[in-house]
Amino acid sequence: MNSVSLAINFAYVISAGLFVFGLKMLGSPATARRGNLLSAVGMLLAIVVTLFYSGLDYKWILVGMAVGTVIGLAAAYKVEMTSMPEMVALFNGFGGIASLLLAWAEYHQHPELSAFIAIVTLLSAFIGGVTFSGSMIAFGKLSEIIPGKAIVFSGQHIVNGLILLVAVGSGILFTMNPAGHYEIFLLLVVVSLLFGVTSVIPIGGADMPVVISLLNSYSGLAACAAGFVIHNNILIVAGALVGASGIILTKIMCKAMNRSLANVLFSGFGSTAQVASGGGAEQGEVRPATAEDVYYILEAADSVAIVPGYGLAVAQAQHVAQELGEILEQNGTEVMYAIHPVAGRMPGHMNVLLAEANVPYDQLVEMDDINPRMDSIDVCVVVGANDVVNPAALNDASSPIYGMPIIETHRAKTVIVLKRSMSAGFAGIQNALFFNTNTRMYFGDAKAKLQELVAQFKESSK
Amino acid sequence: MEAVFLTFVFVLSIFLGFELISKVPSTLHTPLMSGSNAISGITLIGSLASLRADNVKVAVILGTLAVALATVNVVGGYAVTDRMLEMFKKKDGGAK
Repeated sequence: MNSVSLAINFAYVISAGLFVFGLKMLGSPATARRGNLLSAVGMLLAIVVTLFYSGLDYKWILVGMAVGTVIGLAAAYKVEMTSMPEMVALFNGFGGIASLLLAWAEYHQHPELSAFIAIVTLLSAFIGGVTFSGSMIAFGKLSEIIPGKAIVFSGQHIVNGLILLVAVGSGILFTMNPAGHYEIFLLLVVVSLLFGVTSVIPIGGADMPVVISLLNSYSGLAACAAGFVIHNNILIVAGALVGASGIILTKIMCKAMNRSLANVLFSGFGSTAQVASGGGAEQGEVRPATAEDVYYILEAADSVAIVPGYGLAVAQAQHVAQELGEILEQNGTEVMYAIHPVAGRMPGHMNVLLAEANVPYDQLVEMDDINPRMDSIDVCVVVGANDVVNPAALNDASSPIYGMPIIETHRAKTVIVLKRSMSAGFAGIQNALFFNTNTRMYFGDAKAKLQELVAQFKESSK
Repeated sequence: MEAVFLTFVFVLSIFLGFELISKVPSTLHTPLMSGSNAISGITLIGSLASLRADNVKVAVILGTLAVALATVNVVGGYAVTDRMLEMFKKKDGGAK
């Protein structure tokens, strides 16, 4: 190792340290922004020192980085907060394909590989490819370019199994003589892209928080494998950190749905549940409410918990929800926002939307903190959430969501449910909450209906 | 021998990652995810280091594409995370 390369590698150690501190600071809202900046500084440092390697092709580096920066910045500043899950999926996919391309370029340049390098090259390309095409499918589903429902066909598991078998088989062949099997490498690239598609299409929209977390982890592992290919420590460290963080988030999301990872990945939930739930749920009378009714209920309440779900994001109702919250507070009511861990389409989705609408983060309450005091809450306002407040998860052992922890709104004195119609939620099951005697249904578009309420409050305060 | 050393680094980093992330509150899961996603753009460093002037044409094309896409991941990822985190505010004294 010459002195330049030694200095570069020492700088990488500093970068790795900055990543670690940055991630640590992301653990608290007060320091999170500085943490992200710290991690960005670490990345910048790593990029700058890397440019000191001799013999680099600066012309093409400049072109690549310029194009990437323009696209990245434009996308980052234009995206709506409601579309954040799509954006993260897209960026994630780009990172994945970059690892694939890196492994490919390295192999093309130096086809004579030792067995170890051959294996990590394949891993980098394969995981990178799966990350890319999987993320693109997730992006398509989240932005509703392709149907968000689970797409299941018979023999799906067999197809996926065969694909993996082909991948492993050709991987072994490749490892025995890497230089002589360019075509196998190309085959593996194609197979990885195919596998990304076939493994994500059977996963339905509401399971996306799990999938995005998992793909996030893959992109880190792909970078990690790429680090082994080119013997670069910083890729291995940073990639492993991301891989670990993705795995933990995946675990948290699965736990919040009381399902195993295998169940999420292979069951095609949502498509099967509809069949299963034909006549199961008890029906009864729903009590619709007008804006005026709801106004009187809220006006008299001492404590109100707003429970947002994906419907809030769809209706772009976060700002008007905040406005209502503020009016209630001025009215002397205690207001909090109770957030289920899997509400929305990615972990923490609702928190970001409400933060965008200027809801202070100390008003955001986690499920485990709100449930113990639910009996003392006067009114729960459920905005566009369904399965995460379905009491069947607690008391109906035959329900497909039985065992999933929920926000127990049915225990509050009054529940107001904002919903467009009586249609079932993602899980395809009817919600007994809607028929409870302490529930009032407030039908309509979440945004328009909340605006009506705000107008009512303003009207009466004149 | 180097493979062993690299694997050593890998395993320790995984444990470090588990330790760091398991303490993050759910409020911050989205920024955490997009922030760590930006870090996964680290593959950019590898793409830069292997894009050499004496590479053959195909490797140059692949390498340039890798640099561009990884840059989107890095720049976009950090920028969007910063935009999100900017919005997380504590209650200011004036309200209520």
